[in-house]
Amino acid sequence: MRIITGMPGQYIPSDYLPILIFMMIATAFGLGTLVVCSIFRPRRTYAEKLTPYESGNPPIGEPRMRFSVKFYIIAMLFVVFDVEVVFLYPWAVVFDKIGLFAYVEMMLFIFILLVGYIYAWKKDAFTWD
Amino acid sequence: MVEFPPLGPVMPEILMTGFALLILVLDLVIKRKETLAFLSVAAAAVVMYAVLGTSGVTFSGMFAADGYSMFFKLIFLLSLILSILISVKYIAIERVNYGEYYSLMLFSTLGMMIMASAGDLIVLYLGIELMALSTYVLAGFIRHAVKSNEAAVKYFLLGAFASALLLYGISLLYGLTGTTDIKGVAAYISDNGLAGNPALMLSVILFVVAFGFKIAAAPFHMWAPDVYEGAPTSITAFMSVGPKAAGFAAMGRVFLIAFASLQVQWAAILIPLAIVTMAVGNIIAISQTNIKRMLAYSSIAHAGYALMGVIAGTPEGLAGMMSYLLIYAFMNIGAFAIIIMLRSEGFSGENISDYEGLSKKHPVSAALMLIFMFSLTGIPPTAGFIGKFYVFMAAVNAGYTWLVVVAVIFSAISAFFYMRIVMYMYMKEPRREVELTTSPALGLALAISALGVLVIGVFPGRLLDLARIAITLGWGL
Amino acid sequence: MVELQWYLYLSAAVFTIGVFGFLTRRNIIFMFISIELMLNGVNISLVSFSHYLQDPRGQILAFFVITVAAAEAAIGLAIIISVFRNKETVYVDEMTETKG
Repeated sequence: MRIITGMPGQYIPSDYLPILIFMMIATAFGLGTLVVCSIFRPRRTYAEKLTPYESGNPPIGEPRMRFSVKFYIIAMLFVVFDVEVVFLYPWAVVFDKIGLFAYVEMMLFIFILLVGYIYAWKKDAFTWD
Repeated sequence: MVEFPPLGPVMPEILMTGFALLILVLDLVIKRKETLAFLSVAAAAVVMYAVLGTSGVTFSGMFAADGYSMFFKLIFLLSLILSILISVKYIAIERVNYGEYYSLMLFSTLGMMIMASAGDLIVLYLGIELMALSTYVLAGFIRHAVKSNEAAVKYFLLGAFASALLLYGISLLYGLTGTTDIKGVAAYISDNGLAGNPALMLSVILFVVAFGFKIAAAPFHMWAPDVYEGAPTSITAFMSVGPKAAGFAAMGRVFLIAFASLQVQWAAILIPLAIVTMAVGNIIAISQTNIKRMLAYSSIAHAGYALMGVIAGTPEGLAGMMSYLLIYAFMNIGAFAIIIMLRSEGFSGENISDYEGLSKKHPVSAALMLIFMFSLTGIPPTAGFIGKFYVFMAAVNAGYTWLVVVAVIFSAISAFFYMRIVMYMYMKEPRREVELTTSPALGLALAISALGVLVIGVFPGRLLDLARIAITLGWGL
Repeated sequence: MVELQWYLYLSAAVFTIGVFGFLTRRNIIFMFISIELMLNGVNISLVSFSHYLQDPRGQILAFFVITVAAAEAAIGLAIIISVFRNKETVYVDEMTETKG
């Protein structure tokens, strides 16, 4: 079973030409705006302008504050469960061609993930306090 | 439609997965963690029984339950059972009595079993990672101890680095041969006469480096002493046997099947590697004062001896390597069990000087340690002698007599540091009162290891026969 | 039309940058990122081989590499956090508890 179609020798990326043009326009627009603004804008600096912008409020605390370690736990769990889903995509694409065995296999895979999820849940990994 | 592949050959692995998940979940409800230890040992015993009755190839040749993998799986499960037995009391003393410990050990062993059975490089990679990821966590299991944290960091960084090198080797091999099937790779290399191809040589070198890291062969051994010293002692025992044997199992398959037609080339790389490994292990071990660190260097040296079986490249060499690793499991875990006995509340018992005069107060323990040290040195009638004898014989028969002479010299040097422990135990006066921590499980582990060492030492014939039969039973998938 | 060799040069370059970073950096996080870079270099070569060989295995292995890398990242970060809690450093040069 070949998943990839089309010979490598005949591949011409002309379908991507609009994207290339779009990227060039986007880059030109961004750079162009900066250049035009730097030519025409008035230059007056005073102390308030140099402070970090925090929605109009005076800034509180250091910008390099330490995040609670709980963020990392949530992030780690997210990364693991999120990336494991990558296997669902190829499975879903050929689902109607591969039959019962692949279905059972995927259910087992999800069951194992579920055990991990229950474990993390019972260990209070999802509660914030 | 894709047909159901036969699941019989993977039954031990399926069982192992089920048990590991079960123990992970039971940990949530069971408060007495000793129960989990008991269940894990029972699970390992069930899987061992299943391994003995399993053979066949499945998943289109990706997974092979042959005699070779069966022998290795028995080594892994044996080392798992012994390591769990020596852990029970120890992890309570270290105040890390958590249930995940046993679950992770089962997962790590599952990874090793998959490695030993891998008929495809993709499966091999997955097995290595499952084993390694579980072991990284176990190495750092004493979360409150900086030493253990550092061990985990070092093991993790170098292990992940080695895996990345291995993957690059796999990808080159895949690009050259168009397949990841180990037999397919071998067929393509010999059919197309790729022997001198530089990309293929690069791939071989990457495989050597990656496996060198996994089995702790010099000059890729730098992580081993630090990790072995910092990790929990029971885990040091576990990972100096299991992952090392698994590394050899995978190495045997890759080098003797996939790279079979390149034997001249890879032997030329592995021979200096084996010599440097034996030299570094045996010489640096002499200057160590911490016994875990000393056994880490000893473990490096033993990888050098076992490597000679691979270098010989014959079925006899492989059988020697396999019996060597089984014997090493008994004697090394036995020695670590004694180290664990010396560990008690507020006393690490890791200094070699702590063994001074041990025989006066604890003659039985001292005698057991004597047996294990004799075996590690390779003095008859212990099993260590038999293991070395088989590997060296295989190397001589394969025409590497000079290499065996070198190995024997280094083996003689090793007597220096093993016998120092014996001398301390029997010829010195105790400097302090050493209380031993004992438990029925630890006693059982010691009994099994000591019996293994002595029985194999006295009746060696059966073991080598078993290893030989294991290889003839479907070696080559 | 891009020739296979250019993908391989890119893959080798990314991989080598990773190896170099791993060997020269002393911050655990950077060493870890270097390893991820090595894995991505491998993935480039796997996918390009897979395309030119018209064989799906390379892409399958690349999928596995991605997922294993995620698991590795989770475990690696957990280990780094646990060492940081006890030691307040992320530099391997300062990890000197075990020495011989």
